[in-house]
Amino acid sequence: MNVQDLYAISPLIVLVTWATLLILVDVYIIRDRNGGTPILAALGLLVAMGFAIAQTGQQYTAFNGMAVVDGFAIFLQVLFLGSGLVGIALAYNYLQRMGIERSEYYILLLYSISGMMLMAIAADLIVVFLALELLSIPLYVLAGFGRPKVEPEEAALKYFLLGAFAGGFVVYGIALAFGATATTSLAGIVQAVNAGSANLTLLSIGAALILIGLGFKVAAVPFHMWTPDVYQGAPSAVTAFMSVGAKAGGFAALLRVFVSALPELAADLSPVLWVLAALTMILGNVVAIAQGNIKRLLAYSSIAHAGYILMALVVFGNTQVSSDAVAAALFYLVAYAVTSFGAWAVVIALEKAEQKGLALDDYAGLGRKYPGLAAAMAVFMLSFTGVPPTLGFVGKLYLFRTVLEGGFIWLAVIGVLTSLVSAYYYLRIVVIMYMRDGDPQVHAEPWLRLTAGVTAVATVVLSLYAGPLFAWASQAVLKLF
Amino acid sequence: MIPLSYFLVFAAALFSIGLYGVLARRNAIAILMGVELMLNAVNINLVAFWRYITPTQIAGQAFAVMVFAVAAAEVAVGLALVISIYRRRNTVVADDIDLLKF
Amino acid sequence: MLIEYLPIAILLVISTGLAALIVWIGNTFGPRRPTLRKSLPYESGMNPIGPGTRRMPVRFYLVAVLFILFDIEVVFFLPWAIVFRQLGLFGLIEMFVFIFILLVGYVYAWKKGALEWE
Repeated sequence: MNVQDLYAISPLIVLVTWATLLILVDVYIIRDRNGGTPILAALGLLVAMGFAIAQTGQQYTAFNGMAVVDGFAIFLQVLFLGSGLVGIALAYNYLQRMGIERSEYYILLLYSISGMMLMAIAADLIVVFLALELLSIPLYVLAGFGRPKVEPEEAALKYFLLGAFAGGFVVYGIALAFGATATTSLAGIVQAVNAGSANLTLLSIGAALILIGLGFKVAAVPFHMWTPDVYQGAPSAVTAFMSVGAKAGGFAALLRVFVSALPELAADLSPVLWVLAALTMILGNVVAIAQGNIKRLLAYSSIAHAGYILMALVVFGNTQVSSDAVAAALFYLVAYAVTSFGAWAVVIALEKAEQKGLALDDYAGLGRKYPGLAAAMAVFMLSFTGVPPTLGFVGKLYLFRTVLEGGFIWLAVIGVLTSLVSAYYYLRIVVIMYMRDGDPQVHAEPWLRLTAGVTAVATVVLSLYAGPLFAWASQAVLKLF
Repeated sequence: MIPLSYFLVFAAALFSIGLYGVLARRNAIAILMGVELMLNAVNINLVAFWRYITPTQIAGQAFAVMVFAVAAAEVAVGLALVISIYRRRNTVVADDIDLLKF
Repeated sequence: MLIEYLPIAILLVISTGLAALIVWIGNTFGPRRPTLRKSLPYESGMNPIGPGTRRMPVRFYLVAVLFILFDIEVVFFLPWAIVFRQLGLFGLIEMFVFIFILLVGYVYAWKKGALEWE
């Protein structure tokens, strides 16, 4: 333990300290008077982001190889902190409007983000497990944040039971990996495998169990059953944060563990991931067609997008392609985050109390009455589909390119075909907004409008400057030692 | 000395029992207990591996401690959720909690 | 050798069989005239004051949840206490940080009224 160790986790220390002190501030100073907490929480995120960005370009391990600072970690930390900021912006008026304003929302949000950040710097399976739980447990509570209503509570219980179940799989897998290699450090696992001292059968079983558990977290088929229910029942602001943060956290773990520690197992696991990715893309997109509720539709859409990101993971054993694949996955995560937050901002703007205002028909006439909001939503839907010039298109392009370089032609074909299928339901929303008459009610709150506007502009503009962004993501490769 | 495989088989059996509990029981508390059994199986694995494979390092033991501390935190959240639902609905049967069906 | 355990096995079989036999004889040949008093759980003892599976007030569960949380954290004190001297000042500060975090949780529970019974 030395100063550099502390410096490595300085964004995390700042965030956790901030959140902990915020509890005291909230209990003693702010009490139930509204206002202060969200601003203070956002400030904490910004400070932590400053610490994270200050580490750009550095590469070292800390705490005897338990944590690692590399481009991957910094990139993801910035992504998580940014999604936290959006999470606060989306919730700021929404919680008041729904009558569920409690300052615990912001504190729990900070804790959940600290779990995600820990996941980004984890270089040891113990830390991966701790980060996973630190990420999930506040989210279980957040999902039930709408109590005393019934739906959020049920969503929270469902999310909790399946999340705890998935956590059991992950940690059993980790225990087996520990037994197979006599170490929990990712670097140690690589060494043990290279030295031939590892029990590869046991390690494969462990890796498969970890994959199942994290598959639940990122909502990959066939471990996706909870997603639509939880996304629908949880308060929309929480769902928005969950659909980006929890998914990115899960993929951070998957990429870190599989690409950096287990490439030797590719012969066994790559086909499994192939099937998983294909199933996720197909089922997510096909079932989404039948949805009439926008929250459920976005839930299935998030499942489908998990499938696209899983494609990047299929090539994890091919060391020539895998760093490109990681970059493509990170880029797609950013594209998905920006687009998804924007879409959720529009959904939150239209949502009314008692789960009303969420049917697709409620979007009729939006194009005439609120042209700005409708245009933003149209951009997000195009980006989800993967139509140029949007981030979603560029992200898919990079993903398909890596998959083709890795030699998985059929997977890329499935990806393209399912994207075509997805055009049907995404563009249907656009058609409903512009072609049908209706009288939509919109809560045009300033933070929501700002979020929708900024993300819409970013979706288009960043796609025109995708090269530098991808170059940044390419520098964010995994370095273990 | 008892061979390592005994512990592993026992842990696997315990894990499977927990898994069965999660999948087959309808009471939310019973599902939670199933999850706890799964985590206990993990702890047996960890401690057994520690004893037989890396008795000189502390990682396995430390991990086991982490696992059950985290499990306790999880149980606390789960029980709180269950109590909250029970107060309103007077049921803890997972099948009755069906507002958000497929 | 396993054969040395044979007498114990025989004893087990005989005692189990005998017990089963006696219960069976009593059940089959004994007269059975149940009355209310006889079928009470504690015959000629305390009168039961309600069903055995009585509901506990929900408050108990809240206390139980808090107990689990603060109880389990003690597990981290044990390894710390063992290596306390090797860790020196650093270990002491570390533990203070840990206790401070716990304390914040406690203060939160206290201020939100989770510790009040009424």
